[in-house]
Amino acid sequence: MPKLVIDGREIEVPAGVTVLQACEAAGVEVPRFCYHERLSIAGNCRMCLVEMEKSPKPIASCAMPAADGMVIRTDSPMAKKARKGVMEFLLINHPLDCPICDQGGECDLQDQAMAYGFDRSRYIENKRAVEDKEFGPLVKTSMTRCIHCTRCIRFATEVAGVEDLGATGRGEHMEVGTYVEKALASEMSGNIIDLCPVGALTSKPYAFTARPWELRKTESVDVMDAIGSNIRVDARGNEVMRVLPRLNEDINEEWISDKTRFACDGLKRQRLDRPYVRRRGKLVEATWPEAFGAIAEAVKDLSGEKIAAIVGDQCDAESMVVLKDLVAQLGSPNVDCRQDRAKLDASCRAGYLFNTTIAGIESADVALLIGTDPRREAAIVNTRLRKRHRMGGFAVGVIGPHNDLTYKYDYLGGGGQTLVELANGRHGFAEKLKAAKRPMLILGQGALARPDGAAVLGVARKLAESFGMVRGADHASGAWNGFNVLHTAAARVGGLDLGLVPGPKGRDVAGILDGAEAGDIKVVFLLAADEINTKRLGKAFVIYQGHHGDSGAQRADVILPGAAYTEKNGTYVNTEGRVQHGYAAISPPGDAREDWKILRALSERLGFKPAYDSLKQVRARLNEVSPTFGRPDAIVPSAWGQFGQAQSQVQPQPFLSTVVNFYMTDPIGRASVTMAKCTQAFVLKSAGKTGTDG
Amino acid sequence: MTSNPAKAVQPKSFAFTAENLARAQKIIARYPQGRQASAVLPLLDLAQRQAGGWLPLAAMDHVAGILEMASIRVYEVATFYSMFNLEPVGRYLVQVCTTTPCWLCGSEAVAKACEDTLGIRFGETTPDGLFTLKEVECLGACVNAPMVQINDDYYEDLDADRVRAVLQALKAGTKPKPGSQTGRQTSAPAGAPTTLTAAKGAGGS
Repeated sequence: MPKLVIDGREIEVPAGVTVLQACEAAGVEVPRFCYHERLSIAGNCRMCLVEMEKSPKPIASCAMPAADGMVIRTDSPMAKKARKGVMEFLLINHPLDCPICDQGGECDLQDQAMAYGFDRSRYIENKRAVEDKEFGPLVKTSMTRCIHCTRCIRFATEVAGVEDLGATGRGEHMEVGTYVEKALASEMSGNIIDLCPVGALTSKPYAFTARPWELRKTESVDVMDAIGSNIRVDARGNEVMRVLPRLNEDINEEWISDKTRFACDGLKRQRLDRPYVRRRGKLVEATWPEAFGAIAEAVKDLSGEKIAAIVGDQCDAESMVVLKDLVAQLGSPNVDCRQDRAKLDASCRAGYLFNTTIAGIESADVALLIGTDPRREAAIVNTRLRKRHRMGGFAVGVIGPHNDLTYKYDYLGGGGQTLVELANGRHGFAEKLKAAKRPMLILGQGALARPDGAAVLGVARKLAESFGMVRGADHASGAWNGFNVLHTAAARVGGLDLGLVPGPKGRDVAGILDGAEAGDIKVVFLLAADEINTKRLGKAFVIYQGHHGDSGAQRADVILPGAAYTEKNGTYVNTEGRVQHGYAAISPPGDAREDWKILRALSERLGFKPAYDSLKQVRARLNEVSPTFGRPDAIVPSAWGQFGQAQSQVQPQPFLSTVVNFYMTDPIGRASVTMAKCTQAFVLKSAGKTGTDG
Repeated sequence: MTSNPAKAVQPKSFAFTAENLARAQKIIARYPQGRQASAVLPLLDLAQRQAGGWLPLAAMDHVAGILEMASIRVYEVATFYSMFNLEPVGRYLVQVCTTTPCWLCGSEAVAKACEDTLGIRFGETTPDGLFTLKEVECLGACVNAPMVQINDDYYEDLDADRVRAVLQALKAGTKPKPGSQTGRQTSAPAGAPTTLTAAKGAGGS
């Protein structure tokens, strides 16, 4: 534990930290451009120069290890002069285009120039100009502004795992780019926009639309995948302008995926902003009472088993619990939240959670991926797996899709046969699992959303138990739970926690669709459920409540306009079982309302007396149904138990990932122009198809 | 500006000849296991010699493949060093040093003589593909300034006539003797020795 003196104050820091980190620990701010705590140290911007006693020259504090007895001064004339010199050099070739630069107002160079800049230029020669690069539909470049901090290069190489960016040329001719022109084929590429300390890399969809000081910032939670990335929604008026990441070490660190960041333009298109009722085959605009009246008419005198409800992938827990109560009051056992037909067992919580937790991946030593492509299904989890891989001593085995995951893995096989072999210890990888101290497995929806899903779940449980992946009762006593289910839908764990699965003699999604086709189910309530085959709903009376005019709304007989995730205060449970609250950044468009309020009003119209009138009361009801809702942001360890069917046969067909197109997995993404451009640039291009292939 | 790979006509593919591949393996074996990326400079040099004096993209990708590096890491190295040519060059790459010592000793005349003899300017290649003329910074032979480097050889102690003679000889298909063109031995004093003249046997002062 080295002790050093910083600006006259003695401080003790852990061994191995740098002088810059020691300064931060002492509460002294050191300006920097290239240094970033999550990237390797480059030491090339020289902005963090400080004076060190016995050193004739100022030192770059980001690259200097803190040592015992060092005397550091960050505010001495020498340090200040050194920084002013560095700033002057940086500004020599930096254009004075702040008024037309999108980084203006949130630019590190601009801010630090206020402290260390000179009020005029001594440079009279021509400034250097650099050709802009084409990085694809997400990242806009103005390379003349680049100050060569290399953060983007280090991010692409280290975190994203797509080694496309580099610095070519040297000296004055150095340029950051890909050398051969290509778009950044990473699902994390948007993060380089945040990392760029100047306006060289900015957001293409957001270009020239707003200034940071005009925006209202709301801290919320993402619903584009099941990770629950912490985000900040920036809105101006009643329009979401952009989505940025918010620091959460346990989940997304400070990254978000491109879908989380850029799909927000889909919130402005294809919106349902008023109720609709189908009259003579055509959907016509209606008032709320008319829409409720049509529903009341449809369910009148209908027995419970003829009514069914399917819950979508992005629903908040509040609306789900109100729907659950409504369906129960209608006497229907037919309710399901597993649109993808994954054979998940709601009775044992540990059987459908990512028990290891995302941060826990870092302490695992062997990972087995079954029927999942984490890079497309949950980019943040994949980033964490890559982070663990870079620490060394980490073996990954894959059964299922054979895709580039940005780290090396052993490909064990495609389907059920390999899984059964491995579970019985008759596969080479079993040795690695046996030798592992903290083995984990990640079970994807691709392995569960098939007819033999319950058997796969059972085999996975057996595998986890036989290889010692589940030990101890609680995390505190060195316990380890390496059994993980990776969800793709933000609402899934919340739905399972609330027990939105068929009751006794109830039908699941497949059963509901069969019933509707056969005419046994007369009324189907779709709560933002769009990922089902709506053609199979037959002649049933379909009520669709949601925010986008997607496949569900097209088939509907009554449309109830709901709110998207940026427009309501909602509770979401991520794949780890972590309960998080999202907050409304703007209000829903037109006549649309928060979803739980719609359902509550509908319950009342149908003659039931809901026991809640406020968000607080609904949340109390959530807590009553599942006590885990009472502990937001925390991980509540779940008891291990029996789940899945170990007896029945696993089919040999290969496991396929449920996510084919990373950019379009939900109604918001499908309505987004940016996501359509990404699909064109990354998905269709790499598959050798064009958009006209249909 | 960094050179633009789109400017040159890029060959579709590149692969080391069997002989060069054996050499490459030998070079890689010099470095510890897992550090084979250290061999990138000698391998690029090997590739440049095989490809006729310049590095096509395909050659850089080939080297990247052999060394299990990302292509961009090889591009970074190749664009950093001026000794790697990223566009095709003539059979003789004439690099004229114009840095201060050579300039003081008359490199301007040497450069002009080169341009006049070959009929091209700096950065150009003769239509017959024989010569490429380049202006370079100090090549470290200041004691014999002014000088030019032609492919791997230094031609030193030049003036307009001497460099013309060298280039004409190359044009004619012969190879002039590298080194000082005035006949002095390496960098020994240009005339007779001026110091230690009595050194032989006398034992100094």
